[in-house]
Amino acid sequence: MAKRLAQVSQKECVACGCCMKACPRKAISIPRGVYAVIDPELCVGCGLCAKKCPADVISMVAREVV
Amino acid sequence: MKTKTHWYDWLWIASGLYLILGFVNILFAWLGLICFIVPLLISVIRGSKAYCNKYCGRGQLFSLLGEKLHLSRNKPIPAWIRSKWFRYGFLTFFMIMFFNMLYVTWLVFAGSNSLQQTVTLLWTFRLPWQWAYTDGLVTPWAAQFAFGFYSVMLTSTVLGILTMAMFKPRSWCVYCPMGTMTQLICKAKNHGEGR
Repeated sequence: MAKRLAQVSQKECVACGCCMKACPRKAISIPRGVYAVIDPELCVGCGLCAKKCPADVISMVAREVV
Repeated sequence: MKTKTHWYDWLWIASGLYLILGFVNILFAWLGLICFIVPLLISVIRGSKAYCNKYCGRGQLFSLLGEKLHLSRNKPIPAWIRSKWFRYGFLTFFMIMFFNMLYVTWLVFAGSNSLQQTVTLLWTFRLPWQWAYTDGLVTPWAAQFAFGFYSVMLTSTVLGILTMAMFKPRSWCVYCPMGTMTQLICKAKNHGEGR
């Protein structure tokens, strides 16, 4: 498992889909048109989505060690 | 890893062409209604923002200018632009100006105003645009709507290009009135999730 994970601030997300297009792992979807959802199983923590997000509402957080 | 290119990844050409056609003949402005009706229909029927996420040619155009042509500073957007009050406020302002444009169209239809062959940029600057108009092709109100609608499209493009350059390429998406509106529709359809 990667050490980092992308996290979307759902309240501030504008659901534009830039992150979805940027994700090389197809780990992001916007299922209800309200906010982006990241699949933690697929996310490798590369940070490309956070870099592209025009609203700057994606942060890279440390994965909790289970 | 290279991602697969879809047919809709080329829609930026349509968006670019639309802006050019407005300089050739203003009546092409009517085509812009597609960018208003399709996203609304998708959000109302499917409850998704697939238009923003996949098909929006304008968003693609901003990506292209900002990423491929490196015209963007790629700086974070100020937090107030993504705030609810600004996004909803801008949508409200946009709607008021849109209805004002429809009212002007109505005045021409009713015969109390004559056709203004101008494109109004940023709701303020009246640019002479008579070269893109041929008298007698359509009834005056249809031409007035075209001038008004093209004003809306050109104004939002100018704002979008400015924020593309200042912040991240698709900064326009943050405060795009159509995006805010379709997101609100999706929220309503999904019982206020993510509020």
